[in-house]
Amino acid sequence: MTTHVPQGAGHLRTDETPPERPASQTDQSSPDAKFPGALVWADERVGAAKGLRFALKKVFPDHWSFLLGEIAMYSMIIALITGTFLTLWYVPSMGHVVYDGDYVPLKGVGMSEAYASTLDISFEVKGGLLIRQLHHWSALFFIVGIALHAARVFFTGAFRKPREINWLIGVVLSLLAIIEGFAGYSLPDDLLSGTGIRAMNGFMMSAPVIGTWMTFFVFGGEFPGEAIIPRLYIAHVLLIPAILVGLFVLHLALVVVHKHTQYPGPGRTNDNVVGFPIMPVYAAKAGGFFFVVFGITALVSALVQINGVWVYGPYDPTQVTAGSQPDFYMWFSDGALRLLPGWLEFTLFGTVWSFNIFLGSLVLLPLVWVVLGAYPFLEAWVTGDKREHHILQRPRNAPTRTAIGAAAISMYLVLALACVNDILAIKLGLSINDLTILFRTMFFVLPVLVFVVTKRLCLSLQRHDRERVLHGNETGRIVRTPEGRFFEAHEPLDEFERWALVDYDTPTPLGLTQGPDVDSRGVARRRGPLAGAQAAVSSFFYKDAVTAVTPAELAAAHHHGEHDALESPSIPQLGAPVNDSTGDDDFSEGHGSAVQAPTHHH
Amino acid sequence: MANPHHDDTAPAMRDDAAAPARSETFQNPGLPPHVPRRADGDPKAAKRAEIQVVVLFTLSALASIAFVVAYFVIDPDLKGYLLGIGEINLFHLAIGVTMGVSLLGIGLGAIHWAKTLMPDEEVVEQRHPQVSGDDDREAVAQTLSHGWRSSQLNRRSALLGSAGGALGLFALPIVLPVIAGLGPRPQGLYTTNWAEGTLLRIDPSGAAIRAGDVTQGSVFHVMPDGWVGHEAVEEHGAEEAMIAKAKDQVIVVRLDPSLIKSQKQREWGYEGIVAYSKVCTHVGCPVALYEQQTHHLLCPCHQSTFDMTDDCNVIFGPAKRALPQLPITVDGDGYIVAAGPFREPVGPSFWERERPGLMGVE
Ligand code: HEM
Ligand code: FES
Repeated sequence: MTTHVPQGAGHLRTDETPPERPASQTDQSSPDAKFPGALVWADERVGAAKGLRFALKKVFPDHWSFLLGEIAMYSMIIALITGTFLTLWYVPSMGHVVYDGDYVPLKGVGMSEAYASTLDISFEVKGGLLIRQLHHWSALFFIVGIALHAARVFFTGAFRKPREINWLIGVVLSLLAIIEGFAGYSLPDDLLSGTGIRAMNGFMMSAPVIGTWMTFFVFGGEFPGEAIIPRLYIAHVLLIPAILVGLFVLHLALVVVHKHTQYPGPGRTNDNVVGFPIMPVYAAKAGGFFFVVFGITALVSALVQINGVWVYGPYDPTQVTAGSQPDFYMWFSDGALRLLPGWLEFTLFGTVWSFNIFLGSLVLLPLVWVVLGAYPFLEAWVTGDKREHHILQRPRNAPTRTAIGAAAISMYLVLALACVNDILAIKLGLSINDLTILFRTMFFVLPVLVFVVTKRLCLSLQRHDRERVLHGNETGRIVRTPEGRFFEAHEPLDEFERWALVDYDTPTPLGLTQGPDVDSRGVARRRGPLAGAQAAVSSFFYKDAVTAVTPAELAAAHHHGEHDALESPSIPQLGAPVNDSTGDDDFSEGHGSAVQAPTHHH
Repeated sequence: MANPHHDDTAPAMRDDAAAPARSETFQNPGLPPHVPRRADGDPKAAKRAEIQVVVLFTLSALASIAFVVAYFVIDPDLKGYLLGIGEINLFHLAIGVTMGVSLLGIGLGAIHWAKTLMPDEEVVEQRHPQVSGDDDREAVAQTLSHGWRSSQLNRRSALLGSAGGALGLFALPIVLPVIAGLGPRPQGLYTTNWAEGTLLRIDPSGAAIRAGDVTQGSVFHVMPDGWVGHEAVEEHGAEEAMIAKAKDQVIVVRLDPSLIKSQKQREWGYEGIVAYSKVCTHVGCPVALYEQQTHHLLCPCHQSTFDMTDDCNVIFGPAKRALPQLPITVDGDGYIVAAGPFREPVGPSFWERERPGLMGVE
């Protein structure tokens, strides 16, 4: 099947070479091309040329937001490399030793071998501290990268059909990433990380029915025991990385299968992908970006101290540092634990139900990831949309989704901030009680506010886009007509700029398009029991949508003062000059809108 | 329908009947004309770009060499002071910065090269719908059906049932020992090392406490006799010593007896001296912060606050239960000892807490 992109003033460079460019710079025929001798061996055995022929020509669209996933990928690679280095010295044992190393303040202190070996890495292995710092920073960048990447995918609708599976893989990857991070963070067995393990032990204990069994099996007995560090270690260096890498490879494979999405723009259709080929541009940019990410991680590791475990001392169950927080990605769970009130724990028939604990930990974590995983399917159900989507949506063009996402982020932030409520209370001079009550209220109120505000914002951005399409860009120039009227001169959009603003569609709410009993093809629809709910949610999603400008509206907008000209029977063809009835402006010149009459319909 | 998403005329996006007819929407104008970059037309600009890339790559190579030099030359313990950062290990700083520059030089060089000298005209690749054609589906259906029949599964249901059963169970011999071997059944949750007559010893010094030494407002963190410091590790092993710390830690304070609200609290104490478990009833952090003025005990983990004058009931935060009180008295020599064990489990809540029978404990 072939699809044509209509030719505008530009051209598609699929089979023509611009004359000003030397042949060697294009992907077209090079006179001196020769199949590399080194590859002949491989080609004769695995047919390498067949695969490479297409692989090297794969096209990747260019946009800054597509780099977020790359940050995650490269940071993971850096963590894999530096982590492997750490295993050479780290001793995953809770066996007791008396420290006798280079760090004077801890000399003679009893501690686990794990902690002692982490001190050795920091103080005795030359360059070991740098590797620890690289490892920890890359782990943080990995998780930040994943979060930003997932947000990009969410807010642009990139998870829609056919990419739901890859969304699910990404969701699992993000969960594994924070579990991996938590496990790694626990390995040094310092006071801070030990406190985290203590809390984890408490969460697990709170589980109804199986809590104590689960805890004893995971810890190999009573807390703390001597099993948890070796177990977290094997999870951290083998089990989780193996699954992470496996899923990640699958994730990338699916990107290749689906080809990358692209933002709406001239020449970009749902049936093509416009960008740079791997060879050489994308390879240079992406490969270069790996080194940039690595380089920045190295600079940060050199300059900003993270997790100086020697300051905290070894883990001791009777001690705790004030203001102890986990790494930032666990803040929301710790914050939830701070906000859940104690009365949520009660005894029923002699059994203990600690909702105050397991809601914020054992339930919250899986719940967040289940909701994330389910979202594409929920949205598809609501919208009734079964088409393939390869053109991304600008977040404003999906106002309800964008608002949902923003509301969810606000909930996350409330929980995360609650995790530092003690520090905030001191810094802001507030009582921690008041702050906690404030956070509890905000958890319910803020998402609603954020939802409403974000949705309004999206709709007004959409209207602004319509304004631009209909009346052009503001130039800030005020023009006076001979009759004494004032205009602000507007520059009309060219067709390329305009296309990026009108290439989206807004489905009509389900109940309305398809009628109650008949589908779009006039066939009687089977209505499931949830159809009513579906229609209601669908209308919630779309009822106040702002639709893209149509050519008819654009033509009408050129009729000054005739704001209801939409009803006019003539629907102009694009590109055909429109004869403006007032005759004082047309498509090719800037046209003004009267300052005195700013009310344009939209 | 093999290709639900097939439209020969672009922009082929809307095959939905609900979408507006095409004459009502704009047409995709196609790629905009290419705007040449400076280096495309001007050989001088191109040369400049080339030099910039070469400089970046050279910088990287130099930084790599500098790294090696720094690694061998700088004393690993050399400390220095850096504006805005404070005291810093100069060896760490030097190898980190040289490594960073070595990597950044390559990265920035490659990207600059791609942006200035490599073609910047976008190319177009066609997409095809993910869905396979009808003939593919038909072929798969044929193969599956053929496999099903030729393995005779359609006729011999005993095969199906027994194979399913065997496959369903084979993992058990592998999984069971792994899971069951992970840990012992829950135990020890109702007991601590405190018993009648156990001496309270200050952690970590190991000193016993005379009632007279406990002045109004003083705070002692104590452990049971035999479980303090290095001796505990030597006597019981590190693992037991750690478990004991996690469960047995107790905080002792002296209150003005008139402040104590509950009869039980007064009776279990000694002349206003009271002892409470230091393990938070939330998720088990040590409740380590005692505020003398308010007589509040605060847990730094999630800010559960316990009122010492009110039998350590929770007055704020996520914990539900009061801290368990350790009954104390004074022995013949005037030292504080436990008058008995804890009367309830210490630490976080758990399912069987109120019904030890569920765990096989009376
Ligand atoms: C890809 C995701 C990974 C993440 C998010 C991650 C995260 C972490 C974190 C946060 C720490 C604590 C570092 C500290 O401050 O001391 C840690 C420690 C550690 N990690 Fe990883 N890690 C990852 C992969 C790996 C891999 C693949 C290995 C080994 C093959 C590894 C080996 C180690 C070791 C041995 C430690 C303990 C040494 C120390 O703490 O100094 N890590 N990890
Ligand atoms: S552990 Fe004490 S408040 Fe959570």
